Amino acid sequence: MRLARHSYTTIRSVQGPLLFLERVLEARMGEVVRIAFPDGHEAEGEVLKIEGDVVLIEVVGESRGLDLDHSRVLFTDVVKRAPLSPAVLGRVFDGSFRPIDDRPMFIPDRWAPVAGFPLNPVARERPQDLIETGLSTIDGLNTLVKGQKLPIFSCAGLPSREIAAAILENARAGTQNVPGAASAVVFVALGLTQHEYAYYGEALERMQGDFVAFINLAKDPVVERLLAPRFGLTVAEHLAFDLGRDVLVLITDMTNYCDALREVSTAREELPGRRGYPGYMYSDLASLFERAGRIKGTAGSVTMLPILTMPEDDITHPIPDLTGYITEGQIVLSRELHQRGIFPPVDVLPSLSRLMQRGIGKGRTREDHRAIANALYMNYATGRDLRRLEAIVGRDGMSDADRHVLDFADAFEREIVHQGSERRSVGETLDASKRLLERFKLGGA
Amino acid sequence: MSGRITAITGPTVSVDVPGLKLHECVTVGAAGLMGEVVRLERGRAVVQVYESTRGLAVGEPAAGTGTELCVRLGPGLIGQMFDGLQRPLVAMAAQHGPFIRGGGAKVPPWGARTLRFVPLKKSGERIAPNEVAGYIEEGPFRHAVLASGEGGTIERIVNGEFEAEAPVFSLSDGRQGFAFHSWPVRVPRPYRRKLSRVEPLVTGQRCIDFLFPLARGGSAIFPGGFGTGKTILEQSIAKLADVDIVVYVGCGERGNEMAEMLDDFATLSDPWHQQPLMSRTIIAVNTSNMPVAAREASIYTAVTMAEYYRDMGYGVLLLADSLSRWAEALREISSALEEMPGEEGYPTYLASRMAEFVARAGVVETLDGRTGSLTVMLSISPPGGDFSEPVTQACLRTTGSFFMLDTDLAHRRHFPAINWFQSFSLYEHEVSARFDAAVSPDWSALRQETRTLLQREARLREVAEIVGTEGLQDADRLLMRTTEAIRRNFLMQNSYTEDAFSTPQQTLERIAQILERHRTASGRLEKGELLETILRESA
Repeated sequence: MRLARHSYTTIRSVQGPLLFLERVLEARMGEVVRIAFPDGHEAEGEVLKIEGDVVLIEVVGESRGLDLDHSRVLFTDVVKRAPLSPAVLGRVFDGSFRPIDDRPMFIPDRWAPVAGFPLNPVARERPQDLIETGLSTIDGLNTLVKGQKLPIFSCAGLPSREIAAAILENARAGTQNVPGAASAVVFVALGLTQHEYAYYGEALERMQGDFVAFINLAKDPVVERLLAPRFGLTVAEHLAFDLGRDVLVLITDMTNYCDALREVSTAREELPGRRGYPGYMYSDLASLFERAGRIKGTAGSVTMLPILTMPEDDITHPIPDLTGYITEGQIVLSRELHQRGIFPPVDVLPSLSRLMQRGIGKGRTREDHRAIANALYMNYATGRDLRRLEAIVGRDGMSDADRHVLDFADAFEREIVHQGSERRSVGETLDASKRLLERFKLGGA
Repeated sequence: MSGRITAITGPTVSVDVPGLKLHECVTVGAAGLMGEVVRLERGRAVVQVYESTRGLAVGEPAAGTGTELCVRLGPGLIGQMFDGLQRPLVAMAAQHGPFIRGGGAKVPPWGARTLRFVPLKKSGERIAPNEVAGYIEEGPFRHAVLASGEGGTIERIVNGEFEAEAPVFSLSDGRQGFAFHSWPVRVPRPYRRKLSRVEPLVTGQRCIDFLFPLARGGSAIFPGGFGTGKTILEQSIAKLADVDIVVYVGCGERGNEMAEMLDDFATLSDPWHQQPLMSRTIIAVNTSNMPVAAREASIYTAVTMAEYYRDMGYGVLLLADSLSRWAEALREISSALEEMPGEEGYPTYLASRMAEFVARAGVVETLDGRTGSLTVMLSISPPGGDFSEPVTQACLRTTGSFFMLDTDLAHRRHFPAINWFQSFSLYEHEVSARFDAAVSPDWSALRQETRTLLQREARLREVAEIVGTEGLQDADRLLMRTTEAIRRNFLMQNSYTEDAFSTPQQTLERIAQILERHRTASGRLEKGELLETILRESA
């Protein structure tokens, strides 16, 4: 602790959201500073780098209006923290944790650093309790469990938000029909348009459980995009591990987060990595995604559903690529299925849930779950291969057996993948799948 | 010697402590965070800090410790789970709760305890350099305590119980021998000489054992995009491989996966010794959200512990998941040091560091004349699944086996998704010759036959793409039936069922059966029988 607060007017330069300050006596990495603009308004900033008495500060918010002579920077001696209290539930905040629902700020019980702390791997509980989403492609083939992080890889123009909304409305823990078991939702919007935000707003209202929202719209400051998910996750950890709630964290759109990261990194004149994204993007994303999980001997859980848009529909782009290396699987949407009117347009072949194995089977869903899922995968994959062949030789040039598998692939997409607005329980999904396999006399089930 | 922090950039800080040495450990900040000197200039040393630098302030104290980053070696490592700096995670969770808050002195791997020493020498006897004075038992493993330096006459030697940190013998010139010692992680442990002998290392994976066999003391990499089953394959091998000791490093990977692995390892037993898996396993873990500099150190911590058991004459397998995360940590530190970047921003010394690391594998004659082996298996996560990236390419030049994990195979749930055309093993001829002698003289011949069939299938597929399978000749259609059986019933292996483990004998029987059927069917086809009849009968 410092005994005196200290403030400086020794700004050397301002570059975009970054500010260099000279002749600083004491500064901490990650320390929060208050910046008083010449016109009297204030903004917050964070210390990014210290080189002797020169300090690099990232301005959270708009840096327009800063000058070199009259602006003042006040050091607060604390790292960025989030106010915590059960009173956050039902509230809507901006990316700097200011209420934007026309209600006063709540009084926090305590404060916690937004960067969080890594969870000791031995203290982690193995995630194995199913969350039923009501979507067959997830429940049947890529099962989600509590404490998992499962991103949705979307493409521009695909209905990722409709899928997210359907999950928000329909998610239940376990196969029993207990409503609201994902008992709180933390919704983090990053760089959304007003139109998209309005859609999610309605979905949150329709939802039965509690929610907290952190909203950073496209017009809001870029640096807040880096902060909002950390606020959201700090609140989620509080709700889960202090208050025993099962928390579902929905973050959209992570592509905007990564672009903000690139923007700040470039302003810092760091060496760019692939496609200009910084080399530490993997570690940075991990510092968010790894906060999902469960703790031994503690009731709650943090489950994460980040949504990202693959630039140019390219799954090897650094954003989906690094995300896929950190998360426990991915749900991949397909433009082709969408164009054929299939909802949700989930392409099950590249989709995967790594934690599925423990969430399904005897005592959890059904004993035949794995066998049914494998049979669907195997035959659908063959069917998809045959479609390419069909494009060359034509349907008439194929054997009866091949044509049969082709028909199966079509029926699978129409009957299992497609479900419109209908909610299916795991049991219903498995029954429908089994009937389909039996109808086509395809083995495995 | 002490001084102050003068600058902080990402995971590195500069300090003005005088008299530091390169790679010396330094404590920085009021909280006493651990770090290591990576660059020296007059009046300034750059330290990579093993913990989060958030909250650290310029002007806070820093002090040298006089030693390099070391691990503590001795009985009791097995069954433990450490972080990248050999801090015991279970003890840390008990002391500090579920979150790792960093700071504080290094928690020792063990508390106070007594051990049992069995002397092989008596007091008054001469002991030669590197001669065994006695041993301590850790489960089935014997920790030999050697005389260091030039040997001497034993004055006193413990028989039975002793305090773990106390000496077990002392020589007439006052020197003492201990059950425990510290070893700097970046220095390979000594041995008499490396041996160039090739013995198979059975993994229980049919595809690996049969097509791309591994050798004890060898090295292997398996690169694959996300979702290609790197971790599952690596964990299966950790569970089932025919070795004495497994050291597993989770380097920059997922926390939930480590929780799963711990759960499995505590409940499953190894098929070779019928012991719980944890009783032959050491785990070092630095998950992706733990500090980057400690991730860089974690593989060295692990390989040093592995070498320690190798030096006692055991067969040790080191598995690292994933080396790409280690390389990225190296890149992050290098960029904080503002070094000139090489390809894709990686430092230019990436390849040489990696080669140095892989060179720590091998079969050795130990200082006391035993034979120990250290096998290294590394998974690699190439960005975008593109194998032309620097980490994969640097590894390809130094390792003996290459298992390429194929995204296409993974998408159709063919696991392990090892591509049988691109993968290779430099040990294949020598190891197959061993299998010829140990399992069946047909081993190599069947292996060649399988590879030929798979190659012919690939060519036929190209034709079938154009003319359709109906347009193929009967003999070719039969071949495609057989290769499908090879893929489904032989190469594919479900790691969640009994099938996860296959002994060389079982592997051979299975492939022999498939190929025998193929030969019979081909014979009947040549005699003029209809393909449909043959297939219907054999189905």
